[in-house]
Amino acid sequence: MSLIRYQAPELTPWSASDRWNTLRDELNSFFELPSWSSFPRAGQLFTGWSPALDLYQSTDNIVATVELPGMRKEDIEISLHDGTLTISGERKRESTDGEKAERTERYVGVFRRSIALPTRVDASKVSATYRDGILTVTLPKAEEVKPKQIQVS
Amino acid sequence: MNMLTRENRDADRTQTDQFIVPPSSVIEGSDGYTLEVEMPGVNKDGLDISIENNELTIIGRRSLPKIEGTLIHHESRQENFRRTFELDPSIGADKISARIEQGLVTLTLPKAEHVKPRKITVS
Repeated sequence: MSLIRYQAPELTPWSASDRWNTLRDELNSFFELPSWSSFPRAGQLFTGWSPALDLYQSTDNIVATVELPGMRKEDIEISLHDGTLTISGERKRESTDGEKAERTERYVGVFRRSIALPTRVDASKVSATYRDGILTVTLPKAEEVKPKQIQVS
Repeated sequence: MNMLTRENRDADRTQTDQFIVPPSSVIEGSDGYTLEVEMPGVNKDGLDISIENNELTIIGRRSLPKIEGTLIHHESRQENFRRTFELDPSIGADKISARIEQGLVTLTLPKAEHVKPRKITVS
């Protein structure tokens, strides 16, 4: 589920089936919003900043990485609800007393990325690190979805 | 014949480094300029800043964390960053300082002494 799509869709080589899933999730997410007014910065849905997100899957973990250069750790929020990982936060503008911006390409303000996880995860074991401007969230898969080998006795 | 063309193409690819242009902001203060360049995945060791012919070049090579598993959703780009800026003549090139913090490069470009506004007191 992507509430805010990443702004460079030509860089995302999805397979056709993925694309349909994304579209379905996007439509679903629209109906899930309680109201536009309660959604922060609804007016900036397509103009706000939307950091690049990658998702990896291994036998034991789901790992999400998000490019968030120049943030403070305290300003990043990670939440897990109903199989959806949401990463949100705010990049604050440094005080600009007596200064003027000559050129501004960096986004400041609120961002929010949500993504539906492909399997169930153990919410109590989620961990995150923030290094070199990249947030890495490791979500261990729930025991019941991990592949298990059963020995014939 | 086919084989040869393919080999040539591969050789070309390794020779020319692929770069992407990172977003940046320039803020002017009374003492100089602050330049901010976003380079997620770059640390101090991967950063290369040079000035040649009044042109400031910032190259950031990423050291991305190795993550186990298959990529199932992909938006980021793996290329390194490169951006050049022409320096204003008012900038004292020898006084430029830089730091990198959480993938954000911040350069301080002070104005040279002779262009700073100066008050002359009448004696």
